[in-house]
Amino acid sequence: MTERRRSPLAELTLVRLRLFFREPSALFWTFGFPVVLSIALGVAFRSRPPEAVRIAVEAGPGAERVLAELAPAQGGDVRAIVMDAAEARRELRTGKVVLVVAPGGVRTYRYDETRPEGRLARRLVDDLLQRAEGRVDPTAIADDHVTEPGARYIDFLVPGLVGMNLMSSSMWGIGFTIVEMRTKRLVKRMLATPMRRSDFLLSFVVMRAMFVIVEVPVVFVFARLAFDVRVAGSAALLLGLSTLGALAFAGLGLLVASRAQNTQTAGGLMNLVMMPMFICSGVFFSTSNFPDFLQPYLRILPLTALNDGLRAVTSEGAGIGNATVTFALVVLCVWGLASFAAALKMFRWR
Amino acid sequence: MKRYDAGALAVDGLDLELPRGECFGLLGPNGAGKTTTVEILEGLLDATAGDVEVLGMRWATDEHELRERLGVSLQQTHLPERLSVVEILTLFRSFFAKGKDPEDVLREVALEEKRGAWYDKLSGGQKQRLAVACALVGDPELLFLDEPTTGLDPQSRLQLWDVIETFKRGGRTVLLTTHYMEEAERLCDRVGVIDHGKLIALGSPRDLIASLGGQDVIELTLESGRPDGESVSRLASLAGVRGVRAVPNGVAIAADPLHVALPALVDHLRASGIGLERLATRHATLEDVFVSLTGRGLRD
Repeated sequence: MTERRRSPLAELTLVRLRLFFREPSALFWTFGFPVVLSIALGVAFRSRPPEAVRIAVEAGPGAERVLAELAPAQGGDVRAIVMDAAEARRELRTGKVVLVVAPGGVRTYRYDETRPEGRLARRLVDDLLQRAEGRVDPTAIADDHVTEPGARYIDFLVPGLVGMNLMSSSMWGIGFTIVEMRTKRLVKRMLATPMRRSDFLLSFVVMRAMFVIVEVPVVFVFARLAFDVRVAGSAALLLGLSTLGALAFAGLGLLVASRAQNTQTAGGLMNLVMMPMFICSGVFFSTSNFPDFLQPYLRILPLTALNDGLRAVTSEGAGIGNATVTFALVVLCVWGLASFAAALKMFRWR
Repeated sequence: MKRYDAGALAVDGLDLELPRGECFGLLGPNGAGKTTTVEILEGLLDATAGDVEVLGMRWATDEHELRERLGVSLQQTHLPERLSVVEILTLFRSFFAKGKDPEDVLREVALEEKRGAWYDKLSGGQKQRLAVACALVGDPELLFLDEPTTGLDPQSRLQLWDVIETFKRGGRTVLLTTHYMEEAERLCDRVGVIDHGKLIALGSPRDLIASLGGQDVIELTLESGRPDGESVSRLASLAGVRGVRAVPNGVAIAADPLHVALPALVDHLRASGIGLERLATRHATLEDVFVSLTGRGLRD
């Protein structure tokens, strides 16, 4: 016998990798999907020149004068159209215009106060009209327009997508695989050997950690080439955080799969665990949109911690001593260890 | 040994002792409790009551040591579809501290030619041989095989029997379950017949067949169809007839010796004017043992 014998953990991990790379659809969901998603979102939220504000002017006496006073801005900041009162209301209700100017008698601005576009349009239009009618601003001002790389939506989005992808690929990949092995009685078959149970579970975790090395750079390299998203901080720290994130979610995936007897149950459980984090963990929009009393709870969710940590590194260039990064490292470690220990204890082997 | 399953006893008070080096067969129809019994012995199910001792050890205290020394093949295992034969075997080998070279085991189960083939490309017989190979790769002292040949074609069954016989020749112990009586007769030194969770017969295949009273069976198909009770009892009183039981469309007669029973039977039928559609003789099998014990066929 000449062949060198690998440890059970190495063999199990190798098997996991082989099975993964022999499954083309799994490859797509892990590597292709985040790229496709960032293209789609990058296109949807690309930086555009400011759009003209669409407003309606009610037909009647004074309408012509309003239109004339807005003429210098027409097509630039403002697009004003004259229409009768009923039509103007309808356009306002359906959001085709954000403001209606009724010139007769006391000039009236009609808009929805809860919509920021409405409030902005009211101030813009009022300024234009007042100045055209002779108002003089006491202080001269100048505008300086800047676009800061690192502050665009795409810069916010990419770390969030990386975090989300680490979560969903860890959870789906591990959860479904284990439940499938259980229904095929393969888990039971392995149990009938001297294999250590912790080796079996660890092989999934190790495999996920190895994936990070490929999965995360793919997205960042793509984002750099396509959208000029830059990483201000250290790439090694970014990978370290991502690895820890993958480990935490691998533990959660094991925990979710630890009792489930079929893939439907496992799928439901995974959605139950992941859905709140898709929404509340700052993937697509900042967690600061949620009320203050929720903030402490949101911050200790593993995906929130991971996203905050990733963003601190990519946009602020935070190092390992940074409070946000340290907090993320600790939170992810705790989630990973606790969920792995719980999964080992609860796992249904038979 | 007991096991409660959905409120009913799956296996009730089964007393078995296996000497080393024996090939023991657990026979019975589907649902008899064979798998439950074997999985309790394999430490995969807990008995609700009773004692299990394997290789002088107990599951509660010596699980790891036992696993090192047992080979197990479950009733149905789907191994990973996209792993090759040698990859699967190498994986299972890695779990055991001591064992055989996967390449040697491949040769034993005649799968060398398939060593690089993915599991989902194998035939049913090849998959089953690989499942047994996974049990053999730890070089076990005791091999558990739960219905190793169920659903296989005759050729594959013969190949698997060869594998098991090779293992037996090494002086190792085998416990197998089957509902194929010819399999038990060929492979097993002793069999236990199990029905509704109870052991209803125990002994060597030869002794069990001898217990029927005759080594030979005469099967009659009558023109009149199923015989009435009176004619059955008259048949039973003929010279050399050890037992008579009704089967669909006729009777099966246990005969010993055959050369006495057969002429007497033919004379009797001619004298009483009973028309015969078909008469055949064959050696008695374990199937006959099961039928005479339970009144049912094995696959009823």
